[in-house]
Formats: sequence, C-alpha cells, structure tokens
Amino acid sequence: MGEFKVHRVRFFNYVPSGIRCVAYNNQSNRLAVSRTDGTVEIYNLSANYFQEKFFPGHESRATEALCWAEGQRLFSAGLNGEIMEYDLQALNIKYAMDAFGGPIWSMAASPSGSQLLVGCEDGSVKLFQITPDKIQFERNFDRQKSRILSLSWHPSGTHIAAGSIDYISVFDVKSGSAVHKMIVDRQYMGVSKRKCIVWGVAFLSDGTIISVDSAGKVQFWDSATGTLVKSHLIANADVQSIAVADQEDSFVVGTAEGTVFHFQLVPVTSNSSEKQWVRTKPFQHHTHDVRTVAHSPTALISGGTDTHLVFRPLMEKVEVKNYDAALRKITFPHRCLISCSKKRQLLLFQFAHHLELWRLGSTVATGKFLVSGKNGDTLPLSKNADHLLHLKTKGPENIICSCISPCGSWIAYSTVSRFFLYRLNYEHDNISLKRVSKMPAFLRSALQILFSEDSTKLFVASNQGALHIVQLSGGSFKHLHAFQPQSGTVEAMCLLAVSPDGNWLAASGTSAGVHVYNVKQLKLHCTVPAYNFPVTAMAIAPNTNNLVIAHSDQQVFEYSIPDKQYTDWSRTVQKQGFHHLWLQRDTPITHISFHPKRPMHILLHDAYMFCIIDKSLPLPNDKTLLYNPFPPTNESDVIRRRTAHAFKISKIYKPLLFMDLLDERTLVAVERPLDDIIAQLPPPIKKKKFGT
Amino acid sequence: MVEEENIRVVRCGGSELNFRRAVFSADSKYIFCVSGDFVKVYSTVTEECVHILHGHRNLVTGIQLNPNNHLQLYSCSLDGTIKLWDYIDGILIKTFIVGCKLHALFTLAQAEDSVFVIVNKEKPDIFQLVSVKLPKSSSQEVEAKELSFVLDYINQSPKCIAFGNEGVYVAAVREFYLSVYFFKKKTTSRFTLSSSRNKKHAKNNFTCVACHPTEDCIASGHMDGKIRLWRNFYDDKKYTYTCLHWHHDMVMDLAFSVTGTSLLSGGRESVLVEWRDATEKNKEFLPRLGATIEHISVSPAGDLFCTSHSDNKIIIIHRNLEASAVIQGLVKDRSIFTGLMIDPRTKALVLNGKPGHLQFYSLQSDKQLYNLDIIQQEYINDYGLIQIELTKAAFGCFGNWLATVEQRQEKETELELQMKLWMYNKKTQGFILNTKINMPHEDCITALCFCNAEKSEQPTLVTASKDGYFKVWILTDDSDIYKKAVGWTCDFVGSYHKYQATNCCFSEDGSLLAVSFEEIVTIWDSVTWELKCTFCQRAGKIRHLCFGRLTCSKYLLGATENGILCCWNLLSCALEWNAKLNVRVMEPDPNSENIAAISQSSVGSDLFVFKPSEPRPLYIQKGISREKVQWGVFVPRDVPESFTSEAYQWLNRSQFYFLTKSQSLLTFSTKSPEEKLTPTSKQLLAEESLPTTPFYFILGKHRQQQDEKLNETLENELVQLPLTENIPAISELLHTPAHVLPSAAFLCSMFVNSLLLSKETKSAKEIPEDVDMEEEKESEDSDEENDFTEKVQDTSNTGLGEDIIHQLSKSEEKELRKFRKIDYSWIAAL
Repeated sequence: MGEFKVHRVRFFNYVPSGIRCVAYNNQSNRLAVSRTDGTVEIYNLSANYFQEKFFPGHESRATEALCWAEGQRLFSAGLNGEIMEYDLQALNIKYAMDAFGGPIWSMAASPSGSQLLVGCEDGSVKLFQITPDKIQFERNFDRQKSRILSLSWHPSGTHIAAGSIDYISVFDVKSGSAVHKMIVDRQYMGVSKRKCIVWGVAFLSDGTIISVDSAGKVQFWDSATGTLVKSHLIANADVQSIAVADQEDSFVVGTAEGTVFHFQLVPVTSNSSEKQWVRTKPFQHHTHDVRTVAHSPTALISGGTDTHLVFRPLMEKVEVKNYDAALRKITFPHRCLISCSKKRQLLLFQFAHHLELWRLGSTVATGKFLVSGKNGDTLPLSKNADHLLHLKTKGPENIICSCISPCGSWIAYSTVSRFFLYRLNYEHDNISLKRVSKMPAFLRSALQILFSEDSTKLFVASNQGALHIVQLSGGSFKHLHAFQPQSGTVEAMCLLAVSPDGNWLAASGTSAGVHVYNVKQLKLHCTVPAYNFPVTAMAIAPNTNNLVIAHSDQQVFEYSIPDKQYTDWSRTVQKQGFHHLWLQRDTPITHISFHPKRPMHILLHDAYMFCIIDKSLPLPNDKTLLYNPFPPTNESDVIRRRTAHAFKISKIYKPLLFMDLLDERTLVAVERPLDDIIAQLPPPIKKKKFGT
Repeated sequence: MVEEENIRVVRCGGSELNFRRAVFSADSKYIFCVSGDFVKVYSTVTEECVHILHGHRNLVTGIQLNPNNHLQLYSCSLDGTIKLWDYIDGILIKTFIVGCKLHALFTLAQAEDSVFVIVNKEKPDIFQLVSVKLPKSSSQEVEAKELSFVLDYINQSPKCIAFGNEGVYVAAVREFYLSVYFFKKKTTSRFTLSSSRNKKHAKNNFTCVACHPTEDCIASGHMDGKIRLWRNFYDDKKYTYTCLHWHHDMVMDLAFSVTGTSLLSGGRESVLVEWRDATEKNKEFLPRLGATIEHISVSPAGDLFCTSHSDNKIIIIHRNLEASAVIQGLVKDRSIFTGLMIDPRTKALVLNGKPGHLQFYSLQSDKQLYNLDIIQQEYINDYGLIQIELTKAAFGCFGNWLATVEQRQEKETELELQMKLWMYNKKTQGFILNTKINMPHEDCITALCFCNAEKSEQPTLVTASKDGYFKVWILTDDSDIYKKAVGWTCDFVGSYHKYQATNCCFSEDGSLLAVSFEEIVTIWDSVTWELKCTFCQRAGKIRHLCFGRLTCSKYLLGATENGILCCWNLLSCALEWNAKLNVRVMEPDPNSENIAAISQSSVGSDLFVFKPSEPRPLYIQKGISREKVQWGVFVPRDVPESFTSEAYQWLNRSQFYFLTKSQSLLTFSTKSPEEKLTPTSKQLLAEESLPTTPFYFILGKHRQQQDEKLNETLENELVQLPLTENIPAISELLHTPAHVLPSAAFLCSMFVNSLLLSKETKSAKEIPEDVDMEEEKESEDSDEENDFTEKVQDTSNTGLGEDIIHQLSKSEEKELRKFRKIDYSWIAAL
C-alpha cells in the first residue's frame, strides 16, 4: 500500500443544518429533504440512498413545508409566505409565489395531486389549483383564529383536517366551511400548559383523524362526530410530526425527545375483524427533536435538529434480510466541500455562507524520524496550520460550489445568482485578495467549478446545462468556449473532471451518461455508455488518460478516453464482480485521485474508509477478507503476496470528508468527528435516566 | 402406633409460602398457597389460616381452582399425583395418579376434563407441557395415564407458561425464545430475541409471561427489566411488540387484571407497578413492599391482587393499590447471624428477619408474630451494597431486656458498631429503645450475654470482643430533673493478656462469669470482678462455652475448634473429662441438665445429647442433616411430654429445633408426620372449640378412659392422642352444621348412649397396670439397650472421658446395669 505522511485535519468546522421537512415520493422512490437553512436535497432511494440533487438555501427562505404533487413536482412553502416550485431538471427554482396569508406553516397536496392547500399564519387555509406550469389561487376556506400548523386531506379529497393552536378543524372542501372544531386538551401530566399546539394531523379513509400535539399526546378523533376516541400519552415533550403509511395500517410519530414511535393497526383477536391501533416499537436514533417523519412502504424515515437523516426499515415489510434491511444514517453531504491546492498546501473549506482558506501545518521531522518512527506515530508539528482567509459571501444566498486552483492563486465560487472569481497574491506571509470584476452574464451561477492542473483554465458547469471554458492569465480572464448541451435536454452537469495534461474534460449530469470533451479541439469526444446509477465521483488518470468513474451502487469503472472503451482491468472487474462487503458500504465515494509515480494505483475514499486499488494485484473474491489489516512487516514476502489483493483499505480516519495526495509521500485527510458536530448543536431536551 | 417410634427429624413449619403463585377463591374470600407438602387456605380478610390441606407426600408444585366447580381446588405435587380438594371443608375428594413428577399445574375452562402439567420424562433438564385427561370415576383414587404432549423444551417454572384468550393458544418462554402454540391450528410460532452475543442485548432473557384475558396480546418480562407486549403473533413475520420499561432489574412476575385493562409487574425493586392501558406513561405504583416480589396473582372477581415476596410473605392488595392484609411466614431471605433465641415472654422463636429486623415467630401457630425494627434505617436493595447487619442479640431478665449489636464493615479498618438495649414496655407490649451505645468495643463483638440469675438485683450484660476486652454493662439510674429514667453504663472492663475474647457465659446462679480468650477460659467473680481461675487445654480456640445447669451447675463446658469437647469441674478447678467431638452447635436445655451438641463431619451432622456430669451421651442420632447445621435451640414445652424411654427423656421438657445452612427449620419428633404437622386439622378444631364446662369434663374423662382402653390393647402406649373419631355420635354432632342438625331431643339419647361405657372396659385398673408396665418397660429397655449399644459402637470414635463416682441412685443403678452391657472395646481406640 505504501507509506504516507498524513496531514490529519480536524479544523474543518462544518456543521450541517438541521432537517426541517422530508417528503417521500412513492412513484420515483425519491425523498425530498429540506433543511433549516432552506436547502432542499433530493435522495434517490433506489440508487443506494444517494443525494443526487440539491437546491442551495437562502437566508430568508426558511422552509416549513415540502410536498410532492402531480406526480413528480416538488413544492415548498416557508415563513416568507411564498410557495415555490423546484425544477428538478435544471436544478433551480421555477417560480415563487406569494400566498398573501403571512408565513406559511403547512402545505398539503390533494390525493389526486391537482390541488395544493396551504395553512397560513393569519389562520387562513388557501386552496391552489396546480396548472401544468404554475399554480393558481382558487379560494380561501373559513378563516380560523390562529395559525394553521398542520393539514391533512381525507383520501377521498372531500374533507380536510387542519391542526391549529388548541383545536383541530375539519373543513368541507366543496363548501370551504368548517364542519367540526375539536378542542384539544391542554392538560399535560395534570398541569395545565398555556397552549396545546397541534403539530400534525392525519386524516384516514375511515374518518379517523390522528393528531399529535405539544402535550405529548397522540389522539384519535372521529371526524363524523367530532369526538375524541382514544388518547396515547407517549412523551413528556412535544410530539412534532406524524406520517401514515399508504395502506393506513401503520403510522409513525416523532417526538422532541428524539424518539420515533411506530403505531400499528393490529387485530384484537385472531378470529375477529376488530382492529386497534397499538403503539409498538420506539426507536431512539436521534439525540434532538425529530422535526419530521415520513413513511415509505418499507421504512420509517426521520430527520430533525441533530441533522441526521435516518432510514429505519420495517423488518416485516422486508422480503429478504440483506444489507438493504439495515438501518441507515445520513449525516454528511454526498459531494465534496473541500478543494486543495497541492502546490501551496492549501485547503479551501466551503461553508454555507463563507469560505475558509487554511495552510497546512508542517513538521521538521524528516527522513530520519520517519525511518525510526513506527507506523501510526504522531509527528510533532513545527508550524501550526494557518487560517489564511475568511471570505464571506455577499447576499443571503448559500454557496453552491467553490474551488481553489492547484497553484493556489485563484479561488472561484458561485451562489445561485452570482459567480465570483478571486486572485490571490502571496507576499511572504501576507496574502492579498483581488476580485476579478465584470464577469460575463452567462457565468451567473455555476453548479461545479474546476481548474485545470496548470491553473490556466477554468471550467464552469452552469445550471443552464452549458460548460464554459475560461482562459486565465495574469489577473485577467478570457472566455474561450461554451459546450452547449445537446438539443432538447436541459439537464445540468454537476460533476467535472479534467485530465492532468489538460486535454480532456469529463462532465456528468444527474442521470445521463458521462460526456468527454476534447479541450484542445473544443468538441465532444465521446460519451461513456449510460449506467443506471448516478455518478458520485470521477477523475482522469495522468498519462493513460483513463477516466475512473464511481457510481452510487459502489461500482467503479475505468474508461480509456483515447480508446473510447472500458479498459481491460475494468472489464475483468465487472466479470468477476466486486466483493460483497465493498458493495454493502453505506456512503458513496466522493473523491478519486491518482499517485503520480504509481500508475497502477487508484486512491478513493468515502466517509468511512480510504482505499487504494492496486490494479496489478489479483481481485478479492467473496471468500477473502476484504478489510484485511496491514500484514505485519516481518511476514515473509510469500505470505504477503498470497494474502494481498487489489483493495487496500484503511479505516483509521472517519468520518472522512476529504482525502487527497499532496505529493508522492504525503496525504491530507479531513475528518469531522460526529461529537464535534453534536457539541455545536443546541442542547437536547434533558431527560432523567430513571425518570418516572 | 408403636410406643415411641424412632425419633425422626421433621420440618416444623416455616416452609415457603412464596414457592408458587397464590390462588384466590372465586369469591375472593380465601387465598390458597402451597407450603411444603401442604396447601394452606387463608382468609383474605383475617389473614388466618383456615385449613391446611394435607395428603401429598412431596412438595406441592401447583394449585388451581377447578374451572368447572369453583368450590374445588386441584393441586399437583412431585409425588406424581393430582388431588382435588373441597377447600371449604378441607376434604380430599379425589386423587389422580399420574406417576411422574409434576412440576406445575394449569387448568382451562375450555378443556373440561383435562388439566395441563409440566413433567420431565426423559432427561432431567428437559421439561414438557402435557395435558392430562382426568377420567371420570367415582372411586377415590384414579389412575390418570392419558397424557398428550403439547410443548417440549420449556422452562420448569410455571411463570414461563401462560394460556391466553380462552385457551386458544399457550405461550411459553425460555431463554431467548417465545413459543406460541395454537390449539386449533396445532401450530407453533417461535420468536427469538437477539441473544447475549450482542452486548446491548446481553440481558434479554425471558423471565416470565402472561396473556391478556380477552385480546391476543402476550406480555413477557425480561432480565433487563423490560416488559414486551407481543401482538400479531399468528404471523412469524408480521409480529410486533411494544416495550414497557420501568424496572431496573429483572421482571419477576407479570399478571393482567381480569378485564385486561391493566398489567401488573413486580421485581426486586419491591414495587408493584400497574400499567394502565398498557401504555408507558400511564402507570401507578405501590412502593415499599419490603422485599422482592416473586409472584403476582389476581383474584377472579377482580377486586384483589396479591404479591408473594422473597421474605416469605403474601400481601393482599385491593384493586385501588392499597395493601389490605399480610400473611407472613418465617422470613428466610437472608443469613442468620443472631442464631435462634426464645423470647421468654411469648416463647416465640427470635432470629434475623427482614433486613435490619428481628422476627418473632410462633412455632405453635407457624406464623410470624411481629417484626422488631432494630436498625431503623431505610433498606436499599442493591447488589454489592454493604449493609448494616444485625449480628448479635440476647434476651435478659426474663424478657425485660433485649440487647442487640449491629455492625457494618466497609473496609478492614472502618468498622461501624452499635449496641442497642431495648426495654420491654408492658403498656405497649413491645420493646422500646432504652440505650444506644456507639462503638461499645473497638472491634467486632463476638459474644453477648445477660446474667439471668433469679436473685440478681441489677441487670448485667457482658460483651466480649475481638479487641481483647470484655465489658460489663449494668443498668443505672439515669434520672434527671425532667423524668425518671434508667440507662446502661459500662461497669467493668476486663482482659487477659491481650487475647481476643471469644465467648462469655454466666453461670446459672450468676455468681461466676466465664470468658474465653482464644484458647484460655477465665472465670471471674461476678460481684467483685476478680479473676478466679483459668483453664487452658491447648486444644485450639474455644468456639462454644456454657455452664451446666441444675445438678450439673458445677461444670463448665467448652468446645474448641480442634474438635475437643472439654468439661471442667469448677469445684476442683480441674478437667473432668474431654471427648473428641467437632462441635458445631452446643445448646443447654434451660429446663434440665441436658446439653445438645451437633457435630459436623464430612457426610453430615450428628446430634449428641449428654449431661455434663457424665461423659456418656444420653442420645445419639447420626445424620440428622446432610448440610451444615448452623444454629440450634431448646424450646421449653408448654405441656411436658412423658417419654419414659431413656433415649427420649431429653425431649420431655423441651424440644430441640435447629436451623441448617439452607435455612430449613427442623426439629425432632416421635410422631408420624401427619400428626405432628397438622395441629389444626378438623378434629382438633372441634376439640379446641370445646369450652371448659362440666360437659367438657365428662368428655375429657371419657377420653382418658378411652386412652386407657387403648393403652391396654397397645400395652406400651402411655400418651395417646384422643381420637374423637372413634365416637361417631360426637363427631357427627360437632361437625355437622347447626342448621342441618336434627332436633336436640332426637340426638340426646344417641349422644348419651355413646358416652356410656361398655361393660368390658375395666375402668379402675390403673395402678396395677402401671406396675405391669414398669416391668414390661424393663424388658423393653433391655431390648433397646442392645440397639443403643450398637449405636454407641457405631460412634466408637466419640470417645468419652473417665468415669465419675456417684452416689448410686436407683436410676443410676439401672444405668450402671446398662453399662455392663456396653462394649468397651472403643477405649482401646483412645
């Protein structure tokens, strides 16, 4: 595997923002997740839970509700009072429309998908008609006294239930008038709280309304009579969310204590048709408030303030007990937030609203120390890491992407509306920053930015689907060319890779295959055959110009660009198949790099491991140990060779956000321990261990 | 009935009441619990034992009401029989002989003529649930051999089996499995919890199971304190469960209320938890029940619950979670430090009871009289916690004073020691704390004794301690201007060459105090506290020390750790005799000269009864117990027996009780077990209810005559239990309920007739008879002597010391005659 000096970086102070809403789309098996900073992410559950799209957040757009309507159209509404629709192809916001009811707290699409209902701060419930390219206000329902915090349609679409403060209203959709008003008990463990907030309602087809409220109750109401049927006190804190399965035989609620409870409809006795709702299993996968839950046919999905997105499969719904049936926790984004300048040993960290530039520390311990030191020793630092630059964005928009040039003298980043390019000048220890002004209009927003290896060219994937090549020289730049997308498609490119010699540029979109462009001749060279699963990372190897592509199903392909075909090694790998443990990993590969002196090595990593694939060694089969420890050095070469296989995996650094090769013998690894994230979150609700 | 059957070791009450779940009668008036070989019927209101159902010849392992007739009770036992009882009258109705050991019993209303039992047929550790068809037959004893197999590989405990939803299914748990067998479908579903390999679930084991009475819901208790409510268990895949978690330690038992709306659970926390609607947040508690809850049962009427506790107690609890009655047996939860004592007032057996308490236990009524809280601190039940232990207690001055010692030793150097002196208060009829002495000694107190001499004017207490001192405490006036009071103060501190004081003992008249310092015995004058003399035998540390009594009061006995029993003569200040005997327990009889010693050998414990004046034992019984005997005590009899046989004379005035290591309380009896252990069977009930009227005297006399008659026929019988059954008219009169009796006029002639003596009875022949019997006795004796000789031969290593010259009284002459017959070959072995 080779020995490396590793910069173990733990000063990337990244905290993901909390999850506010999740919305599950049954048709496409995708999950939309909105975070408290307004970011919306799309996870493809079929593609190994890969985060395939994201819409950057905006300071003023706190999303409070998210829903899918009319097939696969995604809408969100927030406290700025606007309803927005997202363009899932071009990855931008189609339009935003003010509902004129103050902040919007809840939104629900009708069972048919043709109507949208929003609940507003002023107590109004507004009905919108969804037209093919817009939404249109239809009418107001009877105005209520206080804000509408939750909404649910009856599956037939004739009635809706609306949860407010201290009561639940039932509306007739046709007349728009309130049919029932059900007052919720304010009592909480014998003490009268000031208010009881109905955080969630669910309308079942048999007319039962299930409500969850801030007094910790799950209550069942009969909507025909407006009476309380049954009440379950499940928590000492708020119950904040509810989601019902499509079959209406189970539902899930999330509490502010971080517990998710599963309720199931079970027959009272085996030979009677009478059924009852029973609280079955509690799941404690969160430390903080569970703000939102979703119920897919096979899993319970929950997310909350502690930023984890948790998929808990339902064992009784899982056909085969394989790795898909295991619990899954997603914490980190499936893209790279870090770029690295190898020449100057700089790291650029991307945050939501600023960038940080750090210079890596160094050690005086040289060869001698390395020879005498053992594997795993910590070297003394002679110079600490320097925080060189803190670059704040202008405006309320989040940064989409950023990049530092390999030479370290250019920084580029983009928000939804603006593209920024800076030139850095180093004078001894001082650093000066100069913004390159007058960016052309077509460089308004970028999905991905990449510098060529010699830092003379800048590649920008814009959200219109075009790829721009910009020539950088001195302090100025020149637009060289734009590769326009194939006619008819508007799909945005979100991954770029350039060959070290600067001749080839590979670009990948969310679903279509990978296109390879010839930069010299400025034309499309070839397209890698399409594959079912999205690309998570790609890179072009030096010298050979082989394109290595990692997909979300953990497959890795090697494609020779000059030959326009898969390499022999890649074909062998596909023939033999990957080791089953390799395919069972949770997190996608987010970065691929190469060793300049060892052409047979591919370096790649995901959040929990770092791997060097040595193409010269035999591939492991399912019987061999995949995660073999490093063979002891005193073993004879024969044994070493016998046990060695192509995959050399290290799990020392985790969670690993970034790993790259600085030079032949130096690696940089950026870790973000989960405890550090939790320490920066607001404190969770305090619970007594043996509280009664 | 032979004259004086062999003396047998019998269990004398105090058996476990908490062995199985108690069962309520249908009207909640009675509660049944198994107790050793018997079933006891208690009234739920008065806590009194109404009946003892006896008939099983081995441990009773299960009881259930007959679902078809709620006035009847089934019981099963290890003796392989199922018995059906009429519990109101305490009558055995039927016996079904199954043949193999039965470990638990279940009944079902739906299975009309069969019951379910747990048996182990093949291998010793594999238990099966089988249904037994009970044949309909009019005869008293029926063979029930028709067994049909239901479930295999189950847990032995009946807590791990539950029948649910009107007998549609049966649930059984074992280790990490829950099996549910459906009777109609004849299928078994099996659910497994992740086992101990996973550290998180290390204590996932099932401990008990209960079924909801109306819904398809199974509650299971677990080692880690969780309760799981299983539903939808028809499907191996779709099954689901809910967790309820409050207990921090293993859930000992679970029970659903009759309607199923609430679930009761209990464990080592000694808190009964009621889960309403099976929800985690809605629960009620009944705390401070005193000891671990072992079983919970619910009355069929739904108005009462009851919990059985590890301290041998049953608490009857109202539906609103208020304890209404306590049935307390002998507490056997913990180790006994104080030994067995007799309260001189109540004649109750006194020993360690609940933690920090002394229990007063009535041997006659097999019932706890009361608990005296000595330590008076909240007991925290937690594993590994070092508790304050009540280590010593002694009664003095005819029960007027009680001294107790409690200690707690966390580390070698940190000893907390406290001595308390309690005075009996006649008004409150209880002991009241008089004096509390912190650190009476620097080290553990090894012995404690009062001067119990009748003439002593001042109560005196002596404590001996490992710190090398013995202290004399006397009662002094402690009055001040506010009130008159008395208190205890230290009067004298004695020591002997810094040796540890190990035992102390007052002579019967209180004039001498013997204190042993390791190997040396010192004799002190109790008036001047002068050291009078010392004895040293160099035979190991003295383990027991006691003075002889009555005619033997000039002797001092000491048993050493090296297995030597020494007897010193206090007049000559010389060793009178010694014997090689590894004495574990040595107890003097307060009413006679006899001293009982129990020796320990590798095979078991042997009893020796002897008088200090002579080294020859009066009585030897080998193998009284397989285990170590820890304590023993002589309990004076209320009514002296009159065994004439030499070997049994020592039992005339007192009865000897002893406690083994496994804490079974045993005694010696000559009667058959049925007689001995059923003091309150129906004839006795009738007898006790007779008032002392002239009528009683007639009856009593008549009975005596009856006895005489029997004596004649049985010759050697001296004492005979009166048998009222022999007179049908009387028994009929006494046992038939009053409202069904014919008119008195009709009965009168029959009754009087029955009292008339038949002509054959020779009424006035007592004196010559006695003479005859003396002679008979002689010959009998000689027979027995042979037996005895053999016995002594058996114990030839029990060498006894030199002969002593006596005045030859008549009886001694007789004994001498016996000596002639003894084989003295064993002397050679000395």
